[in-house]
Amino acid sequence: MIDYNSVLSDKIKKIKPSGIRRFFDLAQNMQGVISLGVGEPDFQTPWVVRKSAIDTLEKKRMIYSANAGLAQLREEIANYTYKKTGCRYHSENEVIVTVGGSEAIDISIRAMVNPGDEVLIVEPCFVCYAPLVELMGGVPVSIQTKRKDNFKLTASALKEKITDRTKLLILPFPNNPTGAIMTREDLEKIADVLRDTNIVILSDEIYSELTYGRKHCSITEIDGMKERTVYINGFSKAFAMTGWRLGYLCAPEPIVKEILKIHQYAIMCSPTLSQYAAIEALTQCETEVRNMVAEYNVRRRLLVDSFNKMGLDCFNPEGAFYVFPCIKSTGMSSEEFCERLLNEQNVAVVPGNAFGESGEGFIRVSYAYSLKHLLEALKRIEAFLKGLNI
Amino acid sequence: MNELIRLLKQDARLSNEQLASMLGITTKEVAEKIEKLEADGIIKGYSAIVNEELADKNSITAFIELKVTPQRDKGFDDIAKTIMMYDEVESVTLMSGGYDLAVTVTGTNFKDIALFVAQRLATIDGVLSTTTHFFLRRYKEKGIFIQEEDVDERGYVAP
Repeated sequence: MIDYNSVLSDKIKKIKPSGIRRFFDLAQNMQGVISLGVGEPDFQTPWVVRKSAIDTLEKKRMIYSANAGLAQLREEIANYTYKKTGCRYHSENEVIVTVGGSEAIDISIRAMVNPGDEVLIVEPCFVCYAPLVELMGGVPVSIQTKRKDNFKLTASALKEKITDRTKLLILPFPNNPTGAIMTREDLEKIADVLRDTNIVILSDEIYSELTYGRKHCSITEIDGMKERTVYINGFSKAFAMTGWRLGYLCAPEPIVKEILKIHQYAIMCSPTLSQYAAIEALTQCETEVRNMVAEYNVRRRLLVDSFNKMGLDCFNPEGAFYVFPCIKSTGMSSEEFCERLLNEQNVAVVPGNAFGESGEGFIRVSYAYSLKHLLEALKRIEAFLKGLNI
Repeated sequence: MNELIRLLKQDARLSNEQLASMLGITTKEVAEKIEKLEADGIIKGYSAIVNEELADKNSITAFIELKVTPQRDKGFDDIAKTIMMYDEVESVTLMSGGYDLAVTVTGTNFKDIALFVAQRLATIDGVLSTTTHFFLRRYKEKGIFIQEEDVDERGYVAP
């Protein structure tokens, strides 16, 4: 008999499954659930992109592309990034097309983290960073952001956690789950702390197209930061292309050269069909993206206003497609609140602590849903709160 | 487009309170803006988007192309205004291209519509010819897919 326990790596056995999983199982077994729990767009991929993929399938052979991605796509990514941030990356040696932003995060961490290296992770945040750091034998060090700072990373919080062993800062803004953003002024202060160190920034800007009221500012735009940043973005959120699995990273050539080795050995190349479609997305979909952002913005205002009116303090998130209301006034923990809301009103939202301890006392509510769906869910949440008699 | 108009076109049944939340303005401001849109004739009314096939199995719509001789000083306006007075007529539009006026007409059977075209439209002074096309199936109306049920396949919870 094979002893499975002894065949598996010690490192992977130590890694905890995603905290969201348990709640997922709970919700999945129920009937008639109205969910605000999903982290992907409700919009369809723009038709021009889908149509171009269909045409590509008819006309082209689906063969491996260059490891780093189709030359034309890398060129368009460089152009697009320049248009958005003013940063010029060389498409031949500073851009890699990856399997979603996720792969970009993974291979960047793998290329940089040595055992014992400390990696600063701004929390609450998307669930993948700490486990990936642990897989490399690195030490995840969380920096907790706070409601009073509108969940922004502050210079003082950052300084406090920097040690001689600090290798990397993971900067996930616009943020999942809070919807917080970092303005140019906020980023300047972070840059001041980092400028004279040897710390690299892994800037996960996957939600950069989804900001409301002001244009997204990338850390790479701040003086002296481009040279120390791995800039990560992708097609999933901006162009509603989650299932196409396509993202990219841009970074200085010495870093990209090493990251590319991992991508080459692990992945070979990103899906070629998706790469062709992505060219269309980058060049033809400005209107579609603008329309999606306008629609998200309307929903965002509705949720923020509704939660505040219901008595759940909700700060004004300026990015992504989540609001992050505080539920401490109910006296319940995040998990308790979510479980009861699910059981009593069949509404699924995600407990804030699934994204790190600092998310405790909050819930993540996604507005990647139609207005009609949101209005129904809000009605039920209101009924739930009324039933609590607080 | 004006965001308030966009929302109302999407769902005219949203309450002023809901619209105020969505637009980040007060309920009073919403009421004033709507009143102004109505007074200015920008909003002409509010109607439901109906799947006609399900609502009334006998309802038939035809799309009629009219070629017309424009009249001195008045162009196409007089003829268009005459046509639009008929209750059967749902819409009248002046077109560029191969014909002049596009008219949609609703009735309960093919014969009624054919007779309406022959007796009412074709006989108007200045109308040179008519071509009648019947609607067989509507796929999309006012931005909404009529035939398809929208199913969310995303599951309930995901990071």
